Amino acid sequence: MIQLDRVNKFYGDLHALKDISFRVNRGEIVGFLGPNGAGKTTTMKILNGFMAASSGTAEVAGFRADIDSLELKRRIGYLPENVSLYMDMTVDEYLRFVARAKRVPRRDLRAKVDRVAGQCGLEDVTNRLIGSLSKGYRQRVGLAQAIVSEPEVLIMDEPTTGLDPAQIVEIRDLIKSFAGEHTIILSTHILQEVGALCERVIIIDDGRIVTEDSLENLTRSANRGGNVLVRVQGDIAVLRERLQQLDGVTGVRETGEKAAEDECELLVAADKDIDIRRAVAESVVGAGCGLLELRPIRLSLEEIFIQTITRNA
Amino acid sequence: MNFLPVYVRELRSYFTSPVAYVVMLFFLLLTGVFFMVFVGDFSMASMNQSPYGHGPLNVTQAVVRPLLGNMSVILLFVMPLITMKPFAEEKRSGTAELLFTYPLSDLDLLLGKYLAAFSLFMAMLAVTLVFPMFIAIFSEPEMGTLISGYLGLVLMSMAFIALGLFISSLTENQIVAAIATFAMLLIFWIIQWTGNSPILRHLSVLEHFNNFAQGLIDTRDVVYYLSFTLLWMFLTLRVLESKKWRG
Repeated sequence: MIQLDRVNKFYGDLHALKDISFRVNRGEIVGFLGPNGAGKTTTMKILNGFMAASSGTAEVAGFRADIDSLELKRRIGYLPENVSLYMDMTVDEYLRFVARAKRVPRRDLRAKVDRVAGQCGLEDVTNRLIGSLSKGYRQRVGLAQAIVSEPEVLIMDEPTTGLDPAQIVEIRDLIKSFAGEHTIILSTHILQEVGALCERVIIIDDGRIVTEDSLENLTRSANRGGNVLVRVQGDIAVLRERLQQLDGVTGVRETGEKAAEDECELLVAADKDIDIRRAVAESVVGAGCGLLELRPIRLSLEEIFIQTITRNA
Repeated sequence: MNFLPVYVRELRSYFTSPVAYVVMLFFLLLTGVFFMVFVGDFSMASMNQSPYGHGPLNVTQAVVRPLLGNMSVILLFVMPLITMKPFAEEKRSGTAELLFTYPLSDLDLLLGKYLAAFSLFMAMLAVTLVFPMFIAIFSEPEMGTLISGYLGLVLMSMAFIALGLFISSLTENQIVAAIATFAMLLIFWIIQWTGNSPILRHLSVLEHFNNFAQGLIDTRDVVYYLSFTLLWMFLTLRVLESKKWRG
């Protein structure tokens, strides 16, 4: 549905996108993840036909952004990072304007506008001026204008920025409800968002794609190493030596966290695919220490993200 | 072609802000004052006219022509206020970002905005028709001069709007757009005084209006205004297109 092929973008001397290529299939929800300034918005703007790529091709729903930009624009809905709407129009007038600009036939106009207003929870404010709405409602109007023509592809640039936590949950639920009907690509630098919404993640940093995988694979592969955290009571000098001699263990290090004077946290790094938990527990007891806690370390999405980005830096 | 939604929205936005009302008010006030002065002078002159005076008094010459001439100059001051908003405001408020992702061609955008500004001015001009109507009730103005004069005003406003929109597309500051448009129009007005060169005279926007005010429709003048309009519209389209590359 969306296809980028070796897209480059220069802003003067600044090489903002470096050979970006990826695909998004029909019906997928893909998260476009990256730190601020990585090139997310630039990629979005090339996809929606607002900007042209310096080289390479961008294709949405079978239409190229540089050649068939009008046809492409008919098939997308776009939610920009900072939604700027016409403050002097009412919600209803605005949605009708957008629907007509997106060439919704006149006879379907009323029905479609009412439908999206309902879908986005705007029924109570249809006759209010957009300028008088709260940020959360404006964001909903932004979403409503994106889907009013029932486009095949939704492109959303940081859809939840500037909202309070309750609104964030609402907007996410709304986006989730679009899944299936639309192919969605959403950019974000908030990691929970990806976890909450997306099936697949593309991580971009400094204009390059650094990782592209399903959320599941990404978390699994990062957690393959059998790292274990143990919290013990007592003298750890002996324990340290014993742990280091264990099969598969590559390093032991104190984390420095101390809940009490005689407690100590150790991080035991081990080769991947070897489960050392049992051996670690036995050594702790054998060394005469008290075992307070033992748990395998799972990397959160945050840690994966930071790992990926620092590894590529 | 899908310029109608843009046109409707643009025309609405003129009337939801005070700009249209203020511009209309002052345009009508100024033209009204001029009309009053010319009619006053004319009636004074007719009362002073001796029955054996020096030739006939002519309402077309004494009222209609100076009124048309003054309206063309007022246009110069008023038009930048109408054309400053369309593109500059979209860019400043950020609404351009969404507008440019709708399936509207650059021509749709330009035509919608152009026709909205043109319609607003036509509405203003229509109100000024009460002046010739008054004259027609109490006297007998030449219809031909009125028609050609108003045609001249319409053609001139088309040219001014095209230039104004071009400048509005270059900046995101409405005040800069208004001042630059006014300065450009002024340059195209006074260019005829910069020398005796016939080429410079030919470039002057008001020079071409004189014929219309005298009841003369010359194709040279019509072609001048139309080509002036098309040139700036073409350049505006180029500016809109270049947005794609500059981001």
